[in-house]
Amino acid sequence: MGRSVKKGPFVDGKLLAKIETLNKANTKKVIKTWARRSTVPPEFVGHTIAVHNGKKFIPVFITENMVGHKLGEFSPTRIFRGHGGRKVDRAVSVS
Amino acid sequence: MARIAGVDLPMEKRVEAALTYIYGIGFTTSKKILKEAGVDPDTRVNKLTDSDVAKIRSIIDANYKVEGALRSEVTMNIKRLMDIGCYRGFRHRRGATVRGQRTRTNARTRKGKKKTIAGKRRA
Repeated sequence: MGRSVKKGPFVDGKLLAKIETLNKANTKKVIKTWARRSTVPPEFVGHTIAVHNGKKFIPVFITENMVGHKLGEFSPTRIFRGHGGRKVDRAVSVS
Repeated sequence: MARIAGVDLPMEKRVEAALTYIYGIGFTTSKKILKEAGVDPDTRVNKLTDSDVAKIRSIIDANYKVEGALRSEVTMNIKRLMDIGCYRGFRHRRGATVRGQRTRTNARTRKGKKKTIAGKRRA
């Protein structure tokens, strides 16, 4: 099932480096990334990361609760607009 | 009256099975508790002595999260998923499968009773 504990969580190296320079400079900047597979480490908290969903970048503000999840979980790749035609919009778009 | 963690245990059953009436305790946990308390799992609940009941109760209180506390923990976990706006949270909100199961067919436990769409079948 899960990933080996020995390895530790996977965090995209380049992204982490970028965030760390931001942390050192104490600045906040939106970073675009394709690294949906990257885990959110505590260092990311408070930053906004624009995560690619295959089409565009979804800005994600990282809160403490998100630590341990993957970036891709916050950037949905599908939009379900509901079934059927005439039905009065019971479709609620995901966001 | 054997009342543990706010639940009345059925009198006629074996303790091992009776303990599983408590939310959060299944057979495995039940067996573990009884072993620790030194109670034979085959005794009926109405044959338990008061000290046995007290012992079982204290073990459960000390080591296990059951009933209300456990239920609220689960709800909190789900609420957390919904609040952080992650995929699993969306799925909970829609009442759809959360762990990637198929929804083309089946998934009735999550989706509820079938909602037939009128006019789908040709006459």
